[in-house]
Amino acid sequence: MTQLLETPLHETHVSTGGRMVAFSGWDMPVQYSSILDEAKAVRGSTGIFDVSHMGRVFISRSGAGAFLSSIFSADVTTLRVGRAKYGVTCDENGGIIDDNIAYRLGDNRYLFIPNAGNRDVIAKWLTKWAPTDGSVEIDDATDRLAMIAVQGPTAIATLSKLTDDDLSKIRPFRIVSIDIGGEKVLAARTGYTGEDGFEIMPSTDTVVAIWNSLVDAGATPCGLGSRDVLRLEAGLLLHGNDMDTSVNPYEAGLEKFVDPDRDGYLPGETLRAIRDLGPERKLVPFDMVGRGIPRHGHGITDGDKKIGEVTSGSVSPTLDKNIGLGYLPIGFSAPGTTVYIDVRGRSTKAVVTTLPFYSRRRS
Amino acid sequence: MSYPADLKYTKEHEWVRVESDTVVVIGITTYAAEELGDVVFVELPEVGSEVTSAGQFGEIESVKAVSELYSPVSGTVIERNEQLADTPEVVNDSTYEDGWMIKVELSDSTQLDGLMSSAEYEEFLKTQ
Repeated sequence: MTQLLETPLHETHVSTGGRMVAFSGWDMPVQYSSILDEAKAVRGSTGIFDVSHMGRVFISRSGAGAFLSSIFSADVTTLRVGRAKYGVTCDENGGIIDDNIAYRLGDNRYLFIPNAGNRDVIAKWLTKWAPTDGSVEIDDATDRLAMIAVQGPTAIATLSKLTDDDLSKIRPFRIVSIDIGGEKVLAARTGYTGEDGFEIMPSTDTVVAIWNSLVDAGATPCGLGSRDVLRLEAGLLLHGNDMDTSVNPYEAGLEKFVDPDRDGYLPGETLRAIRDLGPERKLVPFDMVGRGIPRHGHGITDGDKKIGEVTSGSVSPTLDKNIGLGYLPIGFSAPGTTVYIDVRGRSTKAVVTTLPFYSRRRS
Repeated sequence: MSYPADLKYTKEHEWVRVESDTVVVIGITTYAAEELGDVVFVELPEVGSEVTSAGQFGEIESVKAVSELYSPVSGTVIERNEQLADTPEVVNDSTYEDGWMIKVELSDSTQLDGLMSSAEYEEFLKTQ
């Protein structure tokens, strides 16, 4: 077994009671006190997550925009500076290598965020397709910068205690540089919980002090367990569970993040063909009707034969029910359709619903 | 974590309260509850069903994990904790009281001899 990687906050997690588990090659906290309490903190006040295990890759120089647009599902050359776009990176067959956020930091400078477990495969993919004429520079800053997600209805107020910048003026899916204790820190109004909040990227030298200041400001440290519950409630997919290279974005329900009708988009022709043919199966959200918690890998049946598999499932503490996602033939994808989850041998009734399971009230 | 001295324990992290020569109450220990994290679902056997020593009698689920519940004894289930259906979190909050799981009438009372005392269980935990 290879040595697990550690974020700059590893020591802080261990010394403050984080229960550490292996996740995508990293030693990460799954919880501190309680997954349910941490989920509640994010839905009710402010939770903070160490997301330094995710990648931070700067792509710059004159060819950066065209290059990134050639591999990413959205055209980032039309993105205004300071804005972000969610999308997927697809292989030659239209399979989903990773889902990412691309931030435009300057005319010729972008920040690209791969998932922790896909950092190497994305690095190889970028290198494979990058022009070799010096017009694009790829700089993986994952080891130089840390990342903290500050999430929840009071996240802005909590983070505002650390900066004089007016965070309320920064709109969702925007990225700016804010001043925290004299350091210029990238701060994006994005997240993975379905709540308002920021993802900030301080240097590895200052991240521990900033984490502690956030805790002093009232934020609850949260682990990957609550993060998984919260993202599923919000209907956000997890790469490796809900999508991988064996599925395309039309099957995964991500078509609105894909623009295949562009010159220079590498999998464009393949994705156009997939789109025009229409998917035969779709990622479908369902609510449990019978008692039982769906889990990744459970079979889904029509009551008789197997028609699919659960890709994500959990108890939803916010909604007080059990929820899940799974790929099903199109004929079973309409909301209201009854299906059955094989919960360790018990056929348990579920009903197809719509995403998101949970949507925050917007002010 | 505390392990009450009036209870008996198993290597599968169950506790046993001896109510009489023939009746015991069974639950899981605080060690097991902590390891699981927030308990969100407990599946218990029907009243009247038979359980066998070291056999599975139910399932317990936390947010992240599913574990099997193993019976420390053989006998007949004469009562089960119906409260766990709606408030499984009492397994975390009141592990040795409200968090009990099943009451069993023993087929043979000598089977309790093989269970651990709280001191023996704490020693055992050091090896875990």
